[in-house]
Amino acid sequence: MNIEDLERENNEGIATLPLQERRKFLKMGLAVSGVFLGGSVLSLTSAVHAADQIAPEVDIPTDGQYPYPKHYGMVMRQNRCVGCEKCVEGCKQTNHVPDDHGAYRTAIQSRVTIEDGAEKREFRPVLCNQCNRPPCVRVCPTKATYKDPATGIVVMDYDKCIGCKTCMAACPYNARYFNEEKYAIDKCNFCIDTRLAAGEKETACAAVCPARVRIFGDLKDKTSEIYRLLHTPDTKIWVLRPDTGALPNVFYMNG
Amino acid sequence: MSNNALSAILAESAEPRLATPGMNMATIIFLIITVAGLSCGVLAFIFGHHNIYNNTREMPWGMLISTYAFWAITSTGLCIYAAMSHIFGGTRMGIISNRMVWMSIICIMGAFATIGVEIASPHRMLIYNIISPNPTSNIWWMGTLYGLAVGCMIVEFFGIVTGLAKIALIMGVFGAIAEVLANSCLGGVFATLPARPYWYGAQLPIYFLTSAFLSGAAAAVLFNFLAYKIRGEKMSKAVHLGVKSAGKAMTLVLVLYAVATFWRLISFYVGGSELGRLAADTLISGRLSTNFWLMEVCVGMIIPILLIILSRLENVAMMALAGFLILVGQFVARFDLVAAGQNVPQFLGWDNLPTSFSYVPSIFEFGVIAGSIGVVGFGFLIGERMFGKTFTQKEHH
Repeated sequence: MNIEDLERENNEGIATLPLQERRKFLKMGLAVSGVFLGGSVLSLTSAVHAADQIAPEVDIPTDGQYPYPKHYGMVMRQNRCVGCEKCVEGCKQTNHVPDDHGAYRTAIQSRVTIEDGAEKREFRPVLCNQCNRPPCVRVCPTKATYKDPATGIVVMDYDKCIGCKTCMAACPYNARYFNEEKYAIDKCNFCIDTRLAAGEKETACAAVCPARVRIFGDLKDKTSEIYRLLHTPDTKIWVLRPDTGALPNVFYMNG
Repeated sequence: MSNNALSAILAESAEPRLATPGMNMATIIFLIITVAGLSCGVLAFIFGHHNIYNNTREMPWGMLISTYAFWAITSTGLCIYAAMSHIFGGTRMGIISNRMVWMSIICIMGAFATIGVEIASPHRMLIYNIISPNPTSNIWWMGTLYGLAVGCMIVEFFGIVTGLAKIALIMGVFGAIAEVLANSCLGGVFATLPARPYWYGAQLPIYFLTSAFLSGAAAAVLFNFLAYKIRGEKMSKAVHLGVKSAGKAMTLVLVLYAVATFWRLISFYVGGSELGRLAADTLISGRLSTNFWLMEVCVGMIIPILLIILSRLENVAMMALAGFLILVGQFVARFDLVAAGQNVPQFLGWDNLPTSFSYVPSIFEFGVIAGSIGVVGFGFLIGERMFGKTFTQKEHH
């Protein structure tokens, strides 16, 4: 349940609970807190305090948690994607991505699921998640890949790349590839060199998307669309492979 | 030390008896295998690593990485046993420890030869490992520590040959510490990647160290057996006891390794990540199952245990065969570990991806592996020829 919904609910108290339920509840409180009646349990605390106790599905940074002057991220409005792959093409052209050996910076995945007895085709755009705790950056022996201190984007210094491919093995998102022209590992960098440096406000993939699936922007900027989307109440937001602890900056939602 | 004195020392340590036509031929064959095999790797720099090796975006690491790990792990094991014998005494392996130091150096050379042609731009590594080090990178620590270890061991070996016992002892200690830490970082390279549940976890570095103790003991038994075989000589009582000690260590660690392998695989079936379980499936019943059941379990564990029991730790030839089979099993085990960690797609369920990716090494990859075996075979024979007397005489310390 959403916190705001929870706040609007009237507290029913415990008077209507059967005796057995109360006993069970007290035992649980004892077990959880280790102190008789000392532990606070979600249903009896105010919703504001409860927020601390609900494990958030997604780590969205809040004020004071942004380590970079700008903190770029992307929202994928997944159900809008029709799999036209204009983003893939736009990225290839803008960033001169070679055409073979599995080279791509962004891709559209698809799958067919059965919903209410009918086949349903889903599309999902993927790219580098520009993680806050990027495994690729940690493992690189020569700091050839690093978080850009101004934007938080994970970038490459091709001259330093020894081609050990540890970053490829470490990436939870299969976001890295061997660039045969640069003879180094390459990846999506939110068009930092090809568009952002020229004053553009969007990445190539976001700019060409006809369905406005991809919303790129500064997570810190309260006036930005990405901020509005991520902080809209009642919005279900998810990230890919949260279990890896990489804290990605690409968020998924429907809408 | 003058050139004359050095020549005299080298003459004293050499084993001219081994300069037979057969030995010369074997040495030349290993040299040819080395040159031909590593030439496959050199081709990668001409035609592109991505064109020569069968690695992909989804499976960036392959048999060259696993072979590197195999030789590096074996080197660590040999170095540890040698250092323990030198420092603490108390084991009968002291008498064979000089040979173990040499073979530890040779095995790490086999590892370096493999990784040297696997990495796309080793020239950048030489520069940026030094001027742009990343202290959070396991790869950086591993490379640096193995480099340090081989430097220490070369000085140690120089000390052994020239009779500078104190230098040999001190450098031996530093070399062994560096090898253990490097081995631990090698395990850490895989163990600290949450993206790959089959590798991720605290057990793996210990598993690597256990493998080092196993491969090191197996290599010690095998190379000592071969050393006496090529001489056509019976082992002295003391050497026999030394090899027997190595055989005992090999047996004990084989049991530990089997237990660790068992629980490692069981852990994937009692919960945890689905990707980890699917990776374990590839070994138990999937595309790596022949490798696992036939090569890792039967050839690498069960048959060696039976041979050891039959040998009663007395029959060196049988123990040496067990050691050889253990090394074969370990070689395949490294391959399976590297492959299984990557062959389950990270985005399984999308794009009709298979449950596991196929990876078959290219002919060039097999060539490089042959080259690394050539390095070790050539190094072994050259060592016996040039330092044979140092290997067979009583310890310096």
